[in-house]
Amino acid sequence: MTQNSAARRDLALGLIVLLLLGLVTAAFPQFARPGNLAEVLDDSAILILLALGQMLVILTRGIDLSVAANLALSGMVVALFNRNYPDAGVVPVLVMAIGSGALLGLLNGMLVWRLKLPPIVVTLGTMSVYRGLIYLLSGGTWVNDNQMSADFLGLVRFEVLGLTVLAWLAIIAAAVAAFAMRYTGSGRDFYAAGGNPAAATYTGLDPGRMQCLAYTICGAIAGLCGYLWVARFAVAYTDIALGFELQVIAACLIGGVAIAGGIGTVAGVVLGCLFIGVIRNALPLIGISPFWQMGINGMVIVAAAVLSARRREDKRSILETRAA
Amino acid sequence: MNPQSRFGGVLRWESMLGLVLIFEVILFASLSPYFLNIWTLSDATFNFTERAVIALPLALLIIAGEIDISVAAIIALASVTMGLAAGQGVGTPGLVAVGLGTGLVAGAINGALVTIGRVPSIVATIGTMTLFRGVAYAVLGDRVLKDYPASFSVFGQGYAVGPLSIELTLVIVLAIVFGVFLHQTRWGRTIYALGANPIAARWSGVPVDRYRFMLFAVTGLSSGLAAVLLTSRLGSTRPSIAQGWELEIISMVILGGVSVWGGKGTIPGVMLAAVVLGLVNFGLGLLNVPGIVMSIIVGSLLILVVAAPVLAGRWSASRLARRAT
Repeated sequence: MTQNSAARRDLALGLIVLLLLGLVTAAFPQFARPGNLAEVLDDSAILILLALGQMLVILTRGIDLSVAANLALSGMVVALFNRNYPDAGVVPVLVMAIGSGALLGLLNGMLVWRLKLPPIVVTLGTMSVYRGLIYLLSGGTWVNDNQMSADFLGLVRFEVLGLTVLAWLAIIAAAVAAFAMRYTGSGRDFYAAGGNPAAATYTGLDPGRMQCLAYTICGAIAGLCGYLWVARFAVAYTDIALGFELQVIAACLIGGVAIAGGIGTVAGVVLGCLFIGVIRNALPLIGISPFWQMGINGMVIVAAAVLSARRREDKRSILETRAA
Repeated sequence: MNPQSRFGGVLRWESMLGLVLIFEVILFASLSPYFLNIWTLSDATFNFTERAVIALPLALLIIAGEIDISVAAIIALASVTMGLAAGQGVGTPGLVAVGLGTGLVAGAINGALVTIGRVPSIVATIGTMTLFRGVAYAVLGDRVLKDYPASFSVFGQGYAVGPLSIELTLVIVLAIVFGVFLHQTRWGRTIYALGANPIAARWSGVPVDRYRFMLFAVTGLSSGLAAVLLTSRLGSTRPSIAQGWELEIISMVILGGVSVWGGKGTIPGVMLAAVVLGLVNFGLGLLNVPGIVMSIIVGSLLILVVAAPVLAGRWSASRLARRAT
């Protein structure tokens, strides 16, 4: 039943995104040009990657408010490394970005798993700490594009079959996640750990361990996105991606991931990101100030939340799962 | 855990905050000769007064097992409506009514989403946070509103008696009201019951949803009040006003000893935490330490505060186990 309703929800969201595309294209035919659509995808790629990681965390009944700070800190680490060792190439940069991100995610995970601390408090705390560390690390300075090496900047822009490496990364990540979450044992374990932790424990699965794993993966993705972000925008400073964690969580919520855990699909999350991405790119075209973006996101989250709460009304009339 | 030991734990927590406060005062007084001046201290209180106005009702809300992340966005929304009203020539009493009214309506929307819409409060208020802040940006864009009448500045810049600011007076009065309400009335006890076990509370005949709705509405109203104070003090409105405050205010509440799982916490604790954080902020400023370093300290403190009881419990449990063998 859950499978069916999730599939129906994804289908509805997919239709809404297509409708949105259709409407914008009807008014502005140039919007549907392949080149422009590729740009929309390129623009949404980092959001998609981060939302996939965040989905794992929310599935296991956690939440990660520190993703944007993790992204910024890992981005600064690799930007400084690249500035000091411009000839080292991109491979160590990638390894470093993913490693630093995974480490920061692991710290969240260990605090949640080993000490059983509330995820929202832990990641609220680490968010401030990670953000502060960027300042200490960089001394408050900026790393600009003239201090970055050519391959460091070039990788994300390199085009394969008309799409940037950045866009391909998002596509590949979504495909791998979609397969793993549906057909592999550890993918199903995330749903089991979040859907019913007590039952999962009886089957020999440690929900805390799955939570820790989810945080680590989410962190590793955030670290990778740190490099992608810095390279794409060609600048690193203390405040990059400030507040972006909320957009990531918003994309998950629009995509139908339930904050109480155990429910959510990769397709839904990707569509949620595309929804935000299409609106963001269409607004300036229709002549609406981009300042409306946030308000529209808010309306969509509220509407999506009310609709999905209604559907599960019967389940939570008396027994309410605490969402924190 | 029996009630007595919990009470003991809470007492210990507050005395610890008190010790930190004394330590802070001594430290800053010895580091800066300007600190122990009555006007300096009066200035320092502005670092927490507006946040404390929201921290008080938010503490009740968190004790009741809910959360509101939209408080800072409500400040922005209320500030924008006040700014627009001021542009239309509305006088000071009218502006205050507009600010409080906006806050109340915003809080009621949160309450309705949680009680009627049955949306988990964290999801509902992440949504309304984005919505309220988004409306503020949509209306204002990159403009600034600053057509406030001169008399409007009294709330944020005025003094009641000597160096005692109107803001601080208001916070003290509110703290007493909230403290008495939470700790001395039947409604206050019910809020604890609600957070400790919502199902048991419902079966005991508590109108759970009415309590939740009222708490969200009061939190909204207080955010409106904070918007009046902050706007009056700054004298201008930008859509980015009070950005990130929701996290600072939640940190304040949790550092004050309120449990995020609900059912635990006191108003004196929250007020002490507000003063401690405000003074740290001010003292570091006095010593020319950048604000971002402060965020490392607050973040670590936040985690330490929730981790300490767990670690202490584990330590005493292992000691008991060793004694038993």
